[in-house]
Amino acid sequence: MELLLIICLSVLFFAMSRKKLPVYNLILTFLFLAVSSFYAIKTLFLSQPYACLIPFHFWGNDILLTMDKLSAFFVLVINITTLVSSIYSIQYMSMYHTKSRQELVLHYFSFFTLYWSMIVLTMLQNTIAFLVVWEIMSLSSFLLVMFEAEKSLTQKAGINYFIQMHFAALFLLLGIIILHYFTDSWSWSALQQYFANYSNVGLFLVFFAGFGFKAGFVPFHTWLPHAHPAAPSHVSALMSGVMIKLGIYGILRIVFALQNDLMLIGLLVLFVSLISGITGVGVAIVQHNLKRLLAYHSIENIGIIGIGIGVGIIGLAIQNQTLAMLGFAGGILHVLNHSLFKSLLFFSAGSVYHQTHTMNIDNMGGLIKRMPVTAFIFLIASLSICGLPPFNGFISEFLIYNGFVNGIIHADVIVKLVMLFALLGLAAIGGLAIFCFTKAFGIVFLGTERSSHMHHAHEMSWWSLAPQFISLALILLIGFVPSIVLNPVLRIVQQNVSTCSTVLLPNTDALQSISLAAGVFVLIVLAVWLIKKWAFTTKKVQSSVTWGCAYHGNAPRTQYTASSYAENYIHGMEHSLNVTTHFKPIATTEYFPEHRHYKTHQESTYEKHIFKPIAKIFERFFDKFAFIQSGQTQHYILYPFVLIIVLIILTLTNLI
Amino acid sequence: MVLAAIILLSLVFPGIIVKVKSKTSGRKGPSVWQPVYDLVKLFRKEAVYSKTTSWIFAWAPVMYFASVIMAALMLPLGKHGAVISFQGDFIFFIYLLGLGKFFMIVAALDTGSAFEGMGASREALYSMLVEPAFFILLASLALLSGTTSFETFFHSLTFNSSIAIFIGVLATYLIFHVALLENSRMPYDDPKTHLELTMIHEVMVLDYCGFDLALIQWAGHLKFVLYSLLVTNLFIAPSFPTWLTLLVFVTITLLFAVAVGFVESFRARHKLRNNNKAIVILIPIAILIFFGSMLIMNKLF
Repeated sequence: MELLLIICLSVLFFAMSRKKLPVYNLILTFLFLAVSSFYAIKTLFLSQPYACLIPFHFWGNDILLTMDKLSAFFVLVINITTLVSSIYSIQYMSMYHTKSRQELVLHYFSFFTLYWSMIVLTMLQNTIAFLVVWEIMSLSSFLLVMFEAEKSLTQKAGINYFIQMHFAALFLLLGIIILHYFTDSWSWSALQQYFANYSNVGLFLVFFAGFGFKAGFVPFHTWLPHAHPAAPSHVSALMSGVMIKLGIYGILRIVFALQNDLMLIGLLVLFVSLISGITGVGVAIVQHNLKRLLAYHSIENIGIIGIGIGVGIIGLAIQNQTLAMLGFAGGILHVLNHSLFKSLLFFSAGSVYHQTHTMNIDNMGGLIKRMPVTAFIFLIASLSICGLPPFNGFISEFLIYNGFVNGIIHADVIVKLVMLFALLGLAAIGGLAIFCFTKAFGIVFLGTERSSHMHHAHEMSWWSLAPQFISLALILLIGFVPSIVLNPVLRIVQQNVSTCSTVLLPNTDALQSISLAAGVFVLIVLAVWLIKKWAFTTKKVQSSVTWGCAYHGNAPRTQYTASSYAENYIHGMEHSLNVTTHFKPIATTEYFPEHRHYKTHQESTYEKHIFKPIAKIFERFFDKFAFIQSGQTQHYILYPFVLIIVLIILTLTNLI
Repeated sequence: MVLAAIILLSLVFPGIIVKVKSKTSGRKGPSVWQPVYDLVKLFRKEAVYSKTTSWIFAWAPVMYFASVIMAALMLPLGKHGAVISFQGDFIFFIYLLGLGKFFMIVAALDTGSAFEGMGASREALYSMLVEPAFFILLASLALLSGTTSFETFFHSLTFNSSIAIFIGVLATYLIFHVALLENSRMPYDDPKTHLELTMIHEVMVLDYCGFDLALIQWAGHLKFVLYSLLVTNLFIAPSFPTWLTLLVFVTITLLFAVAVGFVESFRARHKLRNNNKAIVILIPIAILIFFGSMLIMNKLF
């Protein structure tokens, strides 16, 4: 009830002046956050579910907001990221001083609407209400993406996002109608009943497509790399950090209701996720736009989450509770982890954009000296997105790896082989992520400045840095003391998967040992550092130029760029990546070579071979109706007139 | 004690390689202890840092060295358990080495030199390609032993059938190649060809000197011994007494060094362009080990 009141307060955005907008946004967000977190924490830790009846009636059903452990977890994940990004937005939005007040009002209103719609979504039981709020979420995020609508690229990205989200909604609607047709219920709880009586694969696939669009599973991912670079950074952080997770939330809800065909569905989810993971990170490497690179990494991480869920379903299918537990726990934990480090990465990218007004990696370099804190935050976030210990990304990947090994040891031949290849895939994803983030961090922040864009960069104010330390602290906390977050996650799985209710994770001891190992590692690092310090007390430490084999090695123009860093990799993958190189080779007779540019450009294979042909078909079909839009006013008046006549005739003849 | 053995052996390891290489080419060669003298000399040198670099450059060797030491703490030797051991520690082990490598790669980019960027790119690519093979090898050991910790991996290994011996040989071959690759040795990289465009590791650390360079080189030597420790564990049982365990360990490490020396003397370096393919071949070998393990467990048919 309190939540609804706060939502109503958001109307006041339209009465606010320019300066008060971000503050009001912060106040509202904070209010909403405090109330929802209160219930979420109570639900997650004290097992007191929250329920509230909304005075709306829908075909005889009251609309109910209920919070179980799974929704409580997602509420908390959403809250953390939203809090951080709304504080961050204050300085970031100051960049847009040319925008009118109305545009800013619309931006903040949509920002808050996106926030509350995500929270409410996790608690809705009624399917139609769910769909309505789902649309509110999609529309508000569409408005957020379109903030810089005067740019043609943003328009393209926005429309692309809009259309794809409505394909997603179409699938969801289809699923909900099927569900209602067979069970006569507008509630998600009818899923259990449906799945118990009918084959599971069909309906699951429909919902998986619907939610998969939002989550960004391959091949439904093509909106992500367009929408994220177009949106302002705090929006990208919110969208990539948590909004796409609502797709995961939906998939988890469906998965927890499944009754049969588990093996098939598990294999399917695992396969799609592996493809998503490898495609995401594999394509990220060749990107030159920092935010687009991060967007592809969202696809990769959604893949990792999906791998966890797939392993969990396979565990259920072969009735291996440990496997199910490890898979689900790893997947759910990675939802939290990804929201933390991905939002941080987007904030850092936003800070870089705020200071340099470019997103092209090849123009950057040397920013670690101008923006040391941002560089530090980006480094930690990179390390954790690569799944390296002792940071949080490692913990969830550790659980999933343990799931693989558990399957390899205990399952039958087929599952063993599946797990082996999934292991191979995840290991490849890990290696590729390291390749990609050494490139991103190294080219953006290290070396010398590659262009004049960097000259005016300086560190962001503490207003935008301080909130990022909240996420940073959580990353370290989860990395060093994983058992705090693991217990709630385990309880989520236990609540939703009845067969797992008694199983405790065999690796809880291992996670305590990870804390120990991480601690020992830090001690060793410090010890070596102190020895180095001590050794240097008596020595002279000089500084000089980079040694370029008897030349000065740090001419900015000769530095490695993102293109050259990825060249080796592209060379081995040119067929699958669809990379076009723009370069004219030097002819043998060209004694005085002219000025040359080397440029690589990558086009999404899925977009080229799946989405564009489909769009072409639709285009051709609708072209046939183009004659209706003649541009003549008289015609447009004629259409309703004809319609009215037809309706009158139909009514008179009792046809309708 | 295991750690002490590792550190001691790591000091003689490079010396033996050099000695073998010299002998096979008909030279006398420097003393086996020469690399130790080099290390000592480096540790006492003053340092020059490039003005381009940041704190990353100064911290990277520390992280690299610490990650290798930490990895050493996680490996057992026969009945002497590892200092830190838990279910799934091999995942921590691999990613820990990855952490050290991450820092070395970004440190190379920190100098802003085109040479070092080149080395960084190659190192990142090759370590990415080799990681899956190593993972599968360890997963096969997990399958054989039914557990997920280094400490227990090797306890149930008994070479009583021809398949087991086959697996042992294959695993040794795989670990040998992983070790060569991780340390950028001969068929993949030639550490002695300064200023050639085919270098990987050496070009990455071009700007390091003194204490830092010593840390990096020593970490490389330590890594070699770590891999030889893995091989040793394949061939010893926990029932062995300590002296025998140590003897086997020392013998295998020395043989390992000699083997590296021989490979470096008689084998040509891969064309850089073919390195990718050569590394990817390790993955099918690892899968072969996995199938062998399944055969032993009678799970395949």
